[in-house]
Amino acid sequence: MIKSLDDLRKIREEHQNKINLRQHSENGMNTIEVLVGMATCGITAGARETLNTFVEELGKQGLSNTKVVTVGCIGYCHSEPTVQINVPGKEPVLYGNVKKERVGEIIEKHIKGGQPVENLVLHMNFERT
Amino acid sequence: MAATRTNIMVCGGTGCLATESEKVMKNLELILKARGYDKEATIIKTGCFGFCEQGPIVKIEPDNVFYVKVGPKDAKDIIDEHIIKGRKVERLLYVEPTEKERIRTQHDMPFYKKQLRIALRNCGLVNPEDIEEYIALGGYEALGKSITEMTRDQVIDTIKQSGLRGRGGGGFPTGLKWEITMKQNSEVKFIICNADEGDPGAFMDRSILEGDPHSIIEGMAIGAYAIGANKGLVYIRAEYPLAIERLTIALRQARDMGLLGENIFGTDFSFDITLKYGAGAFVCGEETALINSCEGKRGEPNYKPPYPAVEGYWGHPTCVNNVETFANIAPIITHGAQWFASIGTEKSKGTKVFALAGKINNVGLVEVPMGTTLREIIFEIGGGIQGGKKFKAVQTGGPSGGVITEKELDTPIDYDSLLGIGSMMGSGGMIVMDETDNMVNIAKFYLEFTMDESCGRCTPCRVGTKRLYELLNKITSGEGTMADIDALKQLAYLVKDGSLCGLGQTAPNPVISTMKHFWDEYMAFVKDEDHPRGEGRYVAKNKIGVRT
Amino acid sequence: MAGDPKEHADKKQIHIKINHRDMTVPEGITVLEAAHEAGVRIPTLCHLDLHDIMMVNKTASCRVCMVELVDSKTNRNRIVPSCVTAVSEGMEVLTSTQRAINARRMAVELLLSNHPNECFTCPKNRECELQALAAELCIRHIRWEGERMDYPKDTTSDAIVKDSDKCIYCRRCETMCNEVQTCGILSGISRGFEAFVGPAFNIPMVESSCTYCGQCVQVCPTAALTEVYHVDKVWEALNDPDKHVVVQTAPAIRVALGEIFDMEPGTIVTGKMVTALKRMGFNAVFDTDFGADLCIMEEASELIYRIKENKTLPMLTSCCPAWVKFIEHQFPELLEVPSTCKSPHIMVGTVIKTYYAEKNGLDPDNVVVVSIMPCIAKKAEAKRPELTKDAHNNVDIVVTTRELGRMIREAGIDFVNLPDSEFDRPLGLTTGASVMFGTSGGVIEAAVRTAAEWMTGQELEQVEYEQLRGSDGLRKATVKIGDKELRIGIASGLGNARTLLEDIRDGKAEYDAIEIMACPGGCIAGGGQPYHHGNYEIIKKRQEAIYQEDKNKLLRKSHKNPEIQDLYKNYLGEPFGDLAHKLLHTHFEERERI
Repeated sequence: MIKSLDDLRKIREEHQNKINLRQHSENGMNTIEVLVGMATCGITAGARETLNTFVEELGKQGLSNTKVVTVGCIGYCHSEPTVQINVPGKEPVLYGNVKKERVGEIIEKHIKGGQPVENLVLHMNFERT
Repeated sequence: MAATRTNIMVCGGTGCLATESEKVMKNLELILKARGYDKEATIIKTGCFGFCEQGPIVKIEPDNVFYVKVGPKDAKDIIDEHIIKGRKVERLLYVEPTEKERIRTQHDMPFYKKQLRIALRNCGLVNPEDIEEYIALGGYEALGKSITEMTRDQVIDTIKQSGLRGRGGGGFPTGLKWEITMKQNSEVKFIICNADEGDPGAFMDRSILEGDPHSIIEGMAIGAYAIGANKGLVYIRAEYPLAIERLTIALRQARDMGLLGENIFGTDFSFDITLKYGAGAFVCGEETALINSCEGKRGEPNYKPPYPAVEGYWGHPTCVNNVETFANIAPIITHGAQWFASIGTEKSKGTKVFALAGKINNVGLVEVPMGTTLREIIFEIGGGIQGGKKFKAVQTGGPSGGVITEKELDTPIDYDSLLGIGSMMGSGGMIVMDETDNMVNIAKFYLEFTMDESCGRCTPCRVGTKRLYELLNKITSGEGTMADIDALKQLAYLVKDGSLCGLGQTAPNPVISTMKHFWDEYMAFVKDEDHPRGEGRYVAKNKIGVRT
Repeated sequence: MAGDPKEHADKKQIHIKINHRDMTVPEGITVLEAAHEAGVRIPTLCHLDLHDIMMVNKTASCRVCMVELVDSKTNRNRIVPSCVTAVSEGMEVLTSTQRAINARRMAVELLLSNHPNECFTCPKNRECELQALAAELCIRHIRWEGERMDYPKDTTSDAIVKDSDKCIYCRRCETMCNEVQTCGILSGISRGFEAFVGPAFNIPMVESSCTYCGQCVQVCPTAALTEVYHVDKVWEALNDPDKHVVVQTAPAIRVALGEIFDMEPGTIVTGKMVTALKRMGFNAVFDTDFGADLCIMEEASELIYRIKENKTLPMLTSCCPAWVKFIEHQFPELLEVPSTCKSPHIMVGTVIKTYYAEKNGLDPDNVVVVSIMPCIAKKAEAKRPELTKDAHNNVDIVVTTRELGRMIREAGIDFVNLPDSEFDRPLGLTTGASVMFGTSGGVIEAAVRTAAEWMTGQELEQVEYEQLRGSDGLRKATVKIGDKELRIGIASGLGNARTLLEDIRDGKAEYDAIEIMACPGGCIAGGGQPYHHGNYEIIKKRQEAIYQEDKNKLLRKSHKNPEIQDLYKNYLGEPFGDLAHKLLHTHFEERERI
């Protein structure tokens, strides 16, 4: 139970590592994050299948340094489903139109090989506060 | 500005001035004149493009070509090659450091950022089902700060000074609404989040609720503290199951952490939120109709006054704000009113989320600072018109708004300027139409929507929208006469004048604005003695929103 | 019209302008009320202000009373509905600008464009407020014609016809049904162009818990809600040579019928009415007041019995069929409380088909009893199975005051200039006590007059009980009879009845006797009475007339009625005795609440 601002800040610090990679491209660990846009629009476009395929494939290949995270939509309806790959030390890469068939390629080239799959990359043309 | 084929925009921001942009401009002018092309192109000094490290910047419109580090000597090449011969000056194009590929147009540039995400700050970044991630991103700090370090007046003052206005469409100053509710002398008060998003093609609120539900809870809790409410309701459409699920999870997590419930942050402020489901009636977005529906009554509006702030949910003072409004609250508290007020225009502060739909390439959600022009949103962020077709009009404000044509595309978006050009902000739907869309059909499409969504309470809306629709139907089927056009026009203004709530008062807007801008398209349908069919220049082809 | 004057007496005075004329008005009143004070007429339709019975229809939905508000700052005047817009300091109102008139005409034209064009054959012809408005606004053509609503007529009930095609969605009936009568039967159904008012899920009226009080009919501006029309049945009986047709008229008819012939409200037309009925060909013209006297004999006996034997108290009157149906649906747990007496006109019907038929050698099968009632619920009451299970119906046909008015017109009778006649004997001799049945508080006053004499054995000197009179919908009073204080409750309007019953059920209040009438004000304001069109002063006039009629009578106590005494002596035996029980009492049953 949070009973003061200090309590809140403690929790914030405890969980900082969860989002460091997303905010600062760095988390002091070697974990690679796979963020899948799972809002209604994304799900309709097949995001659930994409997410399941990521979880299955990463598990099958024993890539224990990866983590799949459900997030909301980024607003790119024209390119759903969207997936963001965050590799420590590198700028996050956003992919669009990631149907489940394209998951293997992303795991192979980007997560394992460190090279973004160019033809799926979307640019994030916005700033967050 | 004289209408010329090409505009050469030279950055006149401080950064670029420092790097000789003035000389560049002078040279461009001289050479243009020398080549006799000064009637073809206009040189315009612009504000800062926000890309100072690559200055001076020169941008050629409408080609949307972006030259960087342009020196005074480069002016000759820009005129000779680009303006006269139509070839891009490759060496001046921007080169992205990592990819070594020259980027030609502005919207391809990864760090040229037109968008600023405040309401959507966490969408797509945070796991909406994990409160710890939200907290890790600084979530609930604003709530903690508000209730432990600020008085209610200070919170309201901050919101007032920020200039935040209601994002549901009306644009009423949020801080003022809170203040009025706070000043009511009542033991029991309520705060309600209006999540009954119903405009065709609008899904901003759903996206926030699904992507960042805690931002709404936090915003509501801050509002509740400020106005002195300890009960909140989220009126959410039952057609949003995922949003309901995520919000329910978020509420549970917030309760478990003690961020909702009794004695929040160890203070004597207690607050909790319950969900009320709407059945998807558009009119329930009107606050009095929404409150009736929350009470289990028929979802129809009441005459105002009394306003909900005085007499709302079960007769108690009630503050109703929209989802996007609440999403803006925590950042304002965290970063301060000055920060928020520094974004946007004089009377409309902050950002606005728009849902781009219709014949636009990048269908989706964007969040831009107030004051961004429609042209920037449609052509730069939205990627222009599908299939290379010509832009015809854009409808803002959903079925309550009006169409905006090419000549008004450079209007900076804010509440007042949109009203000034015959449309409105609305909740943020933006539907783009191309040259193949018939505007009379578009008016009919919107009228059909409002007719179906009328609650039926008042005569002008109940019968009037039906008659408007029937007239439009008659006209578009080629059976209409000039008398029908007259009857349509008269009735449109009368329904606007005479209806009880915003739905009816704005329902004729699509008719009025298409008549204003596309009169010839109406004429093209009309057939009577004085107007043989086809006299108008335009021949109708397609319906709205249908891809060709 | 201008709200309750008491309410505004100590309000701050503010300054406004109506049609350029300066006015000082109390804060809080509406523009419509202010205009009324200024003598400026603004046409209205959905608006209905019956503050006497706490009913104000404020839906602001018809958009007829639109006026223009001057906004000199922006120079952009607004059009607002005057019925809900409160006056404010410095307000400038223009009521007859082209813009305001246009808005009004649009509203009426749109309503007409969705209204059946059948004024000629409409039951509300010349009583219709929409029709009157179209005339007032000089509507000559409708600019926007189109599709019209097309719903089947609901003729399922024996009392009310619902013709939704004529519903203009003013919601007056809904306000009446929900806020005043608290029955919750009528509400808005469907949306947009299809919207109309009806019972939930648009079930047939007969399946709803409607009490048929008819107050919705009374306030409906058009013919969307009307009574079932039974006039033809009466003509048929009158023209059947084999039938002996007997008519009886309720107490409240004689103080209202004249209005139909443009006589002053409150004119007593008893004699003219009897003459008219005789000229129409009825074999005998009796008075329902006789039934009321009979009812007092039974109810007073029952009350004394309940007091003496310590039986269920309070006792409730049961003369009002809408009220009876209300308690059956809404308070089945309290069915022991009402008196088991039949209502007066049913008692009269019974006596006609037994005592009267026997005495005159008539075959009861050939006797037709017609009741003229201020009430729509009586139509349904006469069809209740327990009241029709005998070989012959107790009452055969019920027509309302309005229907009687139409019959008199149809018969070509010059009502206003008729001479007076007396009711026929024996069921025409009545007392002042019984005529008071027509107004709220009257039944209990009549009962107290008789009970007081019976309980004390002494002649009553002062027969008028002022504490039982008044116009409030919910009243409490005590009446001292000998050494006993009778605690009396009086409610008119079913919402007030509900309050009273809830108090009894929850043990919050104790009473010995209670009178309830479903219509606010009693039978004088019944659903079958001439339309008051929102003017409640008419109802007050009718009430004064009722008390005047009581005063005019030589006999003012029911038990002093010699014909009543004869009836008991020669036929019924003791009041509240065996035969009386068999003929004059009934039972109630629990009904579903829908």
